[in-house]
Amino acid sequence: MGLSNYHNNQTLWTEVLPGGHHWSGRIQKGALLQFKALSAHANVSLFCVHADDKLERFNMPDSLKGQHTAFLSTGNVLYSDLGRVMASIVTDEHGWNDTLCGASRPEQIKKQFGTRTFQDARNQMYQSGVDGLLVEMAKFSLNQSDLSATVNLFSKVAPDATGKLSYVTADNTDQIVELRFQMDCLVFLSAAPHALDSSASYSPADIQLSLFKANPLSESDICRDACPQNQRAFANNARYYALSSI
Amino acid sequence: MTVLQNFEKTVLSEVCPAGEAWMCEVKKGQYFRIIDLEGNQAVDTLFISAENPSERYSATDTLAINQYIYLEKGTTLYSNVGRPMAIIHDDNCGRHDTLGGACSCESNSVRYAHETYPMHSCRNNFMYALAKHPIAQKHGLNVRHIGPNINFFMNVPVTAEGALKFEDGISAPGKYVEIQAKMDLIVLISNCPQLNNPCNAYNPTQIQLVVRDSEEA
Repeated sequence: MGLSNYHNNQTLWTEVLPGGHHWSGRIQKGALLQFKALSAHANVSLFCVHADDKLERFNMPDSLKGQHTAFLSTGNVLYSDLGRVMASIVTDEHGWNDTLCGASRPEQIKKQFGTRTFQDARNQMYQSGVDGLLVEMAKFSLNQSDLSATVNLFSKVAPDATGKLSYVTADNTDQIVELRFQMDCLVFLSAAPHALDSSASYSPADIQLSLFKANPLSESDICRDACPQNQRAFANNARYYALSSI
Repeated sequence: MTVLQNFEKTVLSEVCPAGEAWMCEVKKGQYFRIIDLEGNQAVDTLFISAENPSERYSATDTLAINQYIYLEKGTTLYSNVGRPMAIIHDDNCGRHDTLGGACSCESNSVRYAHETYPMHSCRNNFMYALAKHPIAQKHGLNVRHIGPNINFFMNVPVTAEGALKFEDGISAPGKYVEIQAKMDLIVLISNCPQLNNPCNAYNPTQIQLVVRDSEEA
């Protein structure tokens, strides 16, 4: 990948989120979090809430209907349930991030892959998306009531003409997704397999996380100006941050 | 002319006026029917476990477990811990939505215009019920218990390419949907007041709600 238009190409920090494992952190407005899949079979279930008011959370239906899409990709944004933009998807080399299926449940992982506990396998244990997210959310005193639909980065789930949903596999090796944050967020991640992952073995990709300082939005922004709805949602952010620069 | 439906073993039969919030409790095994009395009315519906309100209807679990994007007769509705909450026992509408969520003044400001913010919305109905309804108070419900809902009688086709459309309702006067509860449920409804798109055919109307015991009870 060449130089980015969306950040200054200077990594503020980087670390590897091993496949199956989970992570959380506060990502500030104006930061860009890059996800790079380090092998073929990646999924990152992402949930986020407003860091200063944790009851404001990512709202999947509002994001889909506002942008007239059943998935999120480059040019789309994540709306909160208060009509504001939480993050902008400025780069998506996979081309489809599922929002329909949530994070994988322990029963789904067990059914597809069997069980491997810590006692069996130490840190190679099989983890589910939901349990990983709940562990991270509990650190901020959030629980099951606060967890809603996730964005499943690097995962494609599409309906056929009758409405049947299928997981579409792809080689995610070296693919990059970049989220530019438009408000301070608590971000919760699990790199466990997708709920509908039909692989024979539990082999979720490691994910390289890298943080950058985002460039200011140019006159025509790939996400803000993708549709009038996004322009109005950015205007709602500007109202919220009326006393500071956006 | 509006025709109310009548059943044996009815324990509750009420009419919810256009645009209002409504709540009830449904016991495990009971049937809960929503009747679109005048047609093309979206009914935004949440099911919450009466035993433990942190367990609630989950659109994502329902989609992932069923691997099917629409709700139809025979569809099991799952909770956020993956348990069956209810099954769609009967239906003569054909298809219901669980992707579109509830309208809100905030999302209206994004979808239509900032000037639509004062218009009545489903999320405001949910908040009104949380603030005022005795059933919500009895169970200690608050905004954390509200998740993506079901839109009964709403038609939101999704294409294989992932496009999502809001189309005219496929419902009509007298169409109904009936679930059977698989656990004790709290039902929270907003009889959708949206006037900015065709989900209510630009004319929100009243609905009938019926709870009845099963034939065996």
